Amino acid sequence: MKMLTTVATVCLLAVASAAHAADPNLARNLAATCANCHGTNGNAVKGSGMDSLAGMEKAKTLQKLADFKSGDKPASIMHQISKGYTDEQLDLIATYFAAQK
Amino acid sequence: MMLMKRRDFLKVGAASGAMAALYGCAGGGKASGHVVVVGGGYGGATIAKYLRMWSEGGVQVTLIERNPTFISCPISNLVIGGSKTMEDITVSYDGLKNKWGVRVIQDDVAAVDAAKKTISLKAGGAMSYDRLVLSPGVDFMWDEIPGLKSADAQSKILHAWKAGPQTVALRKQLEAMKDGGTYAISIPKAPYRCPPGPYERACLVADYFKKNKPKSKVVILDANEDVVSKKGLFMKAWGDLYKGTLEYRNNAEVKDVDVASNTAILEFDKFKADVLNVIPPHRAGDIAHKSGLKLINNRWVDINWLSMESTSMPGIHVLGDAIFPAPTMPKSGHMANQHGKLAAAAILNQLAGLEPSPTPVVMNTCYSFVDAKNVIHVSSVHQYDAATKTVQPVKGAGGVSAARNELEGKVAIGWAKNIWADMLT
Repeated sequence: MKMLTTVATVCLLAVASAAHAADPNLARNLAATCANCHGTNGNAVKGSGMDSLAGMEKAKTLQKLADFKSGDKPASIMHQISKGYTDEQLDLIATYFAAQK
Repeated sequence: MMLMKRRDFLKVGAASGAMAALYGCAGGGKASGHVVVVGGGYGGATIAKYLRMWSEGGVQVTLIERNPTFISCPISNLVIGGSKTMEDITVSYDGLKNKWGVRVIQDDVAAVDAAKKTISLKAGGAMSYDRLVLSPGVDFMWDEIPGLKSADAQSKILHAWKAGPQTVALRKQLEAMKDGGTYAISIPKAPYRCPPGPYERACLVADYFKKNKPKSKVVILDANEDVVSKKGLFMKAWGDLYKGTLEYRNNAEVKDVDVASNTAILEFDKFKADVLNVIPPHRAGDIAHKSGLKLINNRWVDINWLSMESTSMPGIHVLGDAIFPAPTMPKSGHMANQHGKLAAAAILNQLAGLEPSPTPVVMNTCYSFVDAKNVIHVSSVHQYDAATKTVQPVKGAGGVSAARNELEGKVAIGWAKNIWADMLT
């Protein structure tokens, strides 16, 4: 019972900090949609010519994505893909990759 | 023991009531149990790795795959065109075994017993699971092309629509063909695996002919009324690069073949080729097709998009080309990999007594070579829509290349290296 209480407290804290109910693994799951091209957890295969996103500063990733979305940064495909995600989703993705090694 | 654990998780979930519904504890909830994955292609290999990675080894994963190594369908048209080898598209399962601790068994699954939660293996023996994943790809509807029913016929008129021995055999047929000969490829009515794939193959064979057998011809016999994918870009490539070499025929459904004369039989016409490459209509792979799961059009498995579970048999998740796709969703390796991750996340939640995430997202990119170096792509992003209970393409996102280009030729190979690593190493 004591353990349940502890778990409950942790849960309530987590819920309180979130804007709305969402899976706490949402950032992980969203970032995984990028891994096909950018490598598992953002670690692209060396020499593959794809950008590694792991450890990239969040602000830098978000700026790149914003530039892809607006068309300021020319791209072969990212201008089309970035438009498929909401700004909130891109924020979660950038946060997740910034925390990866 | 395993069952006791699962019950305990359920108890915690019930006790914490609303909290569990809010996912308050999902991050701390540890998933455990045994997941059996059938099929080690783009979907199955991905989910095997991601279940192990995301559960930090907490979930046991057994992968049952009939082939000793992974051979990629994407890029295999370059082997048929002659610019890549089988070695270039083959990856070992050792990474899954040694790095990720997946138990890989080389065998076929004979049957699924959903009530007992067991599968039986062709080589004998049975295995129990907490959750089952079927990622069997497609099998062909041979009844639709009666002349191709026998193994002997299938060894003469190839599909090469599953990468492996048929890829090599088709390349050999093209190499053996005399200059001045004709290669014909038939495309079944959509939906079929890899919508742009047949057009890419036609381009790459035409490219090979142009360089090596310049008097030879490529003919596309398309059962569809128009080019199914990347139409403008393919038609431009055919006009610019293969005028006089490549001919496209729409509404040209192959109904049968005469193997002895290498002839495709259409509704009102016949077409004799030197190399005849027939892609028969296909459906969900055998094990998914025969296991009693609800099918749509008696071909594709109907799934719940929050978890990729069968709508008729919860606890059995189906990935990749075998499913009835969401609107505009292609049957592609890239998409199967995305299905694998969606289902991995859902299964780990379910094994921890929680609901799957209510907002899954999947996306697709697909690169097609129009010659050995130049590539065109199509991309899309699909977000879950609660109203229609499916993933819907995001309007304004996705699209195709502005024009064929060599840069994307390099990107396509980079894509392959990364997705293979994402699945297998």
